[in-house]
Amino acid sequence: MHTRLLSGNEAVALGAWEAGVAVGCGYPGTPSTEILEALAGKPGVYTEWSVNEKVALEVGVGAALAGGRTLVTMKHVGVNVAADPLFTASYTGVRAGLVIVTADDPELHSSQNEQDNRNYAIAAKVPMLEPSDSQEAREFTRLAFELSETFDTPVFLRMTTRLSHSKSLIEPFAGDAPQRTEAPLAPGFEPDPRKYVMIPGHARARRVAVEDRMQRLIEAAEDHPANRIEWPDGLPADAIAEFGVITSGIPYSYVKEVAPQAPVLKLGLVHPLPRRLLAEFAARVRWLYVVEELDPVIETQLKAWGIDCVGREAFSGIGEFSPTIVARGLGRPLPAPTLSPQLEVTVRRPGLCPGCPHDHVFTELRRLGFIVSGDIGCYSLGVLPPYNAMDTLLDMGASLTMAQGMDLVVPPEQKGRIAAVIGDSTFAHSGITGLLNAVWNGRDGLYVVLDNGTTAMTGMQPNPLSGERMGRSDAPSLDYALLAKAMHIPDDRLAMVDAYDTATISAALEHLAGQSGVRLLVVLGLCLIEGQKLKRIEKLDLKKTVRRELVRTHPLGGQHE
Amino acid sequence: MSEVFNALLVGVGGQGIVLSSDILAEAAALSGLDVKKSEIHGMSRRGGPVFSHVRFGAVVHSPVIPTGAADLILAMEPMELLRWAPWAGPGAAACYLAAPILPVGVEEYPEGLADELARLFPRLVRIELASIRRSVPLKVRNTALLGAASVFLPLELDSFAAAITVLAPRGSAEANQAAFDTGRALAEAQLKEPADVE
Ligand code: SF4
Repeated sequence: MHTRLLSGNEAVALGAWEAGVAVGCGYPGTPSTEILEALAGKPGVYTEWSVNEKVALEVGVGAALAGGRTLVTMKHVGVNVAADPLFTASYTGVRAGLVIVTADDPELHSSQNEQDNRNYAIAAKVPMLEPSDSQEAREFTRLAFELSETFDTPVFLRMTTRLSHSKSLIEPFAGDAPQRTEAPLAPGFEPDPRKYVMIPGHARARRVAVEDRMQRLIEAAEDHPANRIEWPDGLPADAIAEFGVITSGIPYSYVKEVAPQAPVLKLGLVHPLPRRLLAEFAARVRWLYVVEELDPVIETQLKAWGIDCVGREAFSGIGEFSPTIVARGLGRPLPAPTLSPQLEVTVRRPGLCPGCPHDHVFTELRRLGFIVSGDIGCYSLGVLPPYNAMDTLLDMGASLTMAQGMDLVVPPEQKGRIAAVIGDSTFAHSGITGLLNAVWNGRDGLYVVLDNGTTAMTGMQPNPLSGERMGRSDAPSLDYALLAKAMHIPDDRLAMVDAYDTATISAALEHLAGQSGVRLLVVLGLCLIEGQKLKRIEKLDLKKTVRRELVRTHPLGGQHE
Repeated sequence: MSEVFNALLVGVGGQGIVLSSDILAEAAALSGLDVKKSEIHGMSRRGGPVFSHVRFGAVVHSPVIPTGAADLILAMEPMELLRWAPWAGPGAAACYLAAPILPVGVEEYPEGLADELARLFPRLVRIELASIRRSVPLKVRNTALLGAASVFLPLELDSFAAAITVLAPRGSAEANQAAFDTGRALAEAQLKEPADVE
């Protein structure tokens, strides 16, 4: 640890490691990705990228039930994928601490929606902590494990993009390096079917236990150390302040920035809310502001309790806050811009990297008049100019399944003109089940996997198709040909082509477009950035050879030896 | 120093903005100051604009610089300096690398960009690509720019040197330090004798 300036994500990893975490798993997704990357390789902890968030959470619940403290990380939309085990893990409880990081993305910096996952904490009846800077991210991770064990519940740690990706100083280590404390529980699974086997009869009893736990949590929230009132120096404790602010997370830092003297109730535990503490604070200020990003969660609860406050009237529920927005909402003076450029600023859009191996596919699909059902990842940039080659994008894996839905109802002239395009990581995440659905239901469709050998959008994480696992140790990779065979996709409807062989790609697309039934085209190329990394660790040649071999043995039309 | 100093580092994905801002933030931390920084990831590597906010002082609350409060803008690209100009506070300094990276589909920038930047920022250092192309390898050009910008930064040179040792990728501390020194010298020379405006 050569610097004390840590990002929020690095600080979560540090806090988890210090708290004796035994297992860390998750699925990469901006802005959550760096947490596991920072945790990987630290002594005494097993880390993995799981194939998707549902799998990660289930691995996590298993590990916790067997007695190991576990950290599961994902971005906000990942929680949607993991929602199924989440709601029931709330019933089973955890035994050893289970902390689920949800990294929300106000302003949609790199996401398809802006959901506020505090709603999940409420719906799943799981407590949630939300830090405001790196030191708190470190501390709250430990507090989350403790809360999890004390109340036998999964605990959410809510991060947001700004918190995950900003750096601030952490408190110095006791010695030269961070100290890891032993987790309180010894590993070992103790059978308890009434608690861990959620058949309806057992679950009904657990439902009551969850309610009881919630009541105890509500009580504990009143003096939880993560919540505090900051009363200005010099203002008598019994005075009524002109105005005060209730806030949490990164907006707290903006409030302190623009109104350093305002009384603040800072919530670190954002679910459940401490009713008495909130009421006490409200009684001490004339105007009560609630500064919260995205949904009016605190505001709605306050109003339901009959506590008057100013929230959405002053602060939009759309997008990320900034010191400027918070200052405006609180009616604080704002610095006026001093410079006004007289030249127009040229727009700069992100795009596929120049030379990205997969741009040709987009150009060709457009030339052939395909409706393109797209997916999450770098290739979502295919929607922008100069490609303009994507018509829909919903969530991980939806390219294949939406294409199936469209194909069911389109008029004859659009029949057979729908192609699904998906990356390799996303294909492993939730594309395979979509392909299986197509085969099983006897559907028609052209499915194109753009395999770039990595999970590029989030920064080059390995996946089940890239022959590596976390930490770049070698792993078997899924065999497309055997997968196709297992799914009864005939040889002449499967092709593997080299991404740089544009003529063959065009020929393959034309050939497959003319067929019916499920057709799978795998376009193998290496992401340029991943290629540079592989070169540095001397794995590039090997990987290229493996890919060339795939292309050689599974050419267009199934004419292989 | 009681006030907070706000530095905004901007450029295009892949230009090393994040490392530069890490070095700057570390230098401030090593000077005993409170530091916060904030940057954008994700789309950055695909040629989009990237930025990093670095704030240091006795106590820093927000990791984000309020609009109209930047004391210094360091730009790795001219249009990016123009894009972020509205963030400048009164009397802000700027430092930029005169090496345009045209966005996809754009042939050339509007005429008079250099003049406009000079008009907006009376305290300006402009680093010509030609002046560093040979002496500073591509990989450490960002550090040369940081060296140039350091003339406007209220931090000791020793802190930058220490920060470079801590943060430069393995084996590149010397190259980074050399680049920093080159940039610093160019900026000092330029501030002594005002450059002709092209
Ligand atoms: S990061 Fe890789 S896969 Fe993504 S656009 Fe660039 S080259 Fe293509």
